[in-house]
Amino acid sequence: MSNPQQLRYSKEHEWLSPAEDGVSTVGITEHAANALGDVVFVQLPEVGSAVTAGETCGELESTKSVSDLYSPVTGEVTEVNEDVVSDPALVNSAPFEGGWLFKVRLAGEPEDLLTADEYTEFSGS
Amino acid sequence: MTDAPRRTALDALHRSLGATMTDFAGWDMPLRYGSEREEHTAVRTRAGLFDLSHMGEITLTGPQAGQALDHALVGNLSALAVGRARYTMICDAQGGILDDLIVYRLAEQEYMVVANASNAQVVLDALTERAAGFETEVRDDRDAYALIAVQGPEAPGILAKLTDADLDGLKYYAGLPGTVAGVPALIARTGYTGEDGFELFLAPGDAEQVWQALTEAGQGAGLVPCGLSCRDTLRLEAGMPLYGHELTTALTPFDAGLGRVVKFDKDCDFVGRAALEAARDQAAERAPRKLVGLIAEGRRVPRAGFPVVAADGTVIGEVTSGAPSPTLGKPLAMAYVDAAYAEPGTEGVAVDIRGTHEPYQVVALPFYKRQR
Repeated sequence: MSNPQQLRYSKEHEWLSPAEDGVSTVGITEHAANALGDVVFVQLPEVGSAVTAGETCGELESTKSVSDLYSPVTGEVTEVNEDVVSDPALVNSAPFEGGWLFKVRLAGEPEDLLTADEYTEFSGS
Repeated sequence: MTDAPRRTALDALHRSLGATMTDFAGWDMPLRYGSEREEHTAVRTRAGLFDLSHMGEITLTGPQAGQALDHALVGNLSALAVGRARYTMICDAQGGILDDLIVYRLAEQEYMVVANASNAQVVLDALTERAAGFETEVRDDRDAYALIAVQGPEAPGILAKLTDADLDGLKYYAGLPGTVAGVPALIARTGYTGEDGFELFLAPGDAEQVWQALTEAGQGAGLVPCGLSCRDTLRLEAGMPLYGHELTTALTPFDAGLGRVVKFDKDCDFVGRAALEAARDQAAERAPRKLVGLIAEGRRVPRAGFPVVAADGTVIGEVTSGAPSPTLGKPLAMAYVDAAYAEPGTEGVAVDIRGTHEPYQVVALPFYKRQR
């Protein structure tokens, strides 16, 4: 697998897209999706709610376990992916595309995120 | 355990198939090869292939092998016909369940006991101790067998291509020695999925050849390799207990709703008899808790250890197994709940999922029963 070069990555295995008009998209990496197994339920933050970098903002249920979703940045949620709520398997089939989770209006510059190459080395895949 | 996990005879094959491996009872086993939900569905609708070589085989031979098992286990094994198998349990003197077992009578004077990997040593030690004084030899055959299961509605057709054994004549819970893909195997019509299927006990050195032959024979029928993850959701849907979850040493077979496996009418004493008679009487008069099925109304998944609560928040039980069910499309759980809440349809039952009380419907087990 390859981690897209234009994204930034957290050590909790979320990715963040480059900001457009101050808004970035958040998802989980393919490495994380593979480790979870089939995702069957996602609970996302509500539109309008505040999220904080490094803090939990939702959860992902798979067959074997539940995992917290961490926000890679601080800001306000502007949109959630309703497609992934109704079809959580998108997280597994297209983690970097149709399986995105939410959009966030950044409260400041993202901090402590990894480049694609750094994340590849960190996650080992 | 600090020892490195043990690997089955099929380990290299699993890795070449890209399996995600997991440590299970000291063994490095395939958790899934791809999507565990697709593996689950394959077993329900077509066929799946499993490596279960971690299971522990123990053989008893000799003129009193049957009597030794009658004394050591709760079942009546001396009455078992040659070529048949029985689901049974081994209990301690207090009636607590040490393990659940399948016992095959392979010959007049030969039985094979199949224990869970996590309990195989305990079962071997107990059988060795309890068989002393009987004319029987207890043999540790854990390393003598690989175990491959082919499960699902297409399993009989797939296996029939590779054996001359009379599969039509082989009933559920029967086993006979035969040949599969040219090598000797004990062919048993048993499983842990709720589907028709077979378990093949064979020499570890033959395992890869048989796996490949089954893979080829199953190609047109949609057979896929399956890991332990879907085995767990399959057995959960089928309402089958798992040791360490629904069954523990703290519970008797009566607590688990499986008192029928205890055969008081056999004409001998057996380990745990007195305690089990008391447990039977108590279960009939005032069962403390009962094992029930729970079906979610929402989508959050209950996991083992989560509290079951009543409408007022009182804890009335505990989840023993839980998972999203691929067949029903909803989260399911097995749970022990206070007898007053155990009737199917009981209102107001919820599972405490990380602080939120999610409504659940109480149902009778199993959740899924195949159409015959």
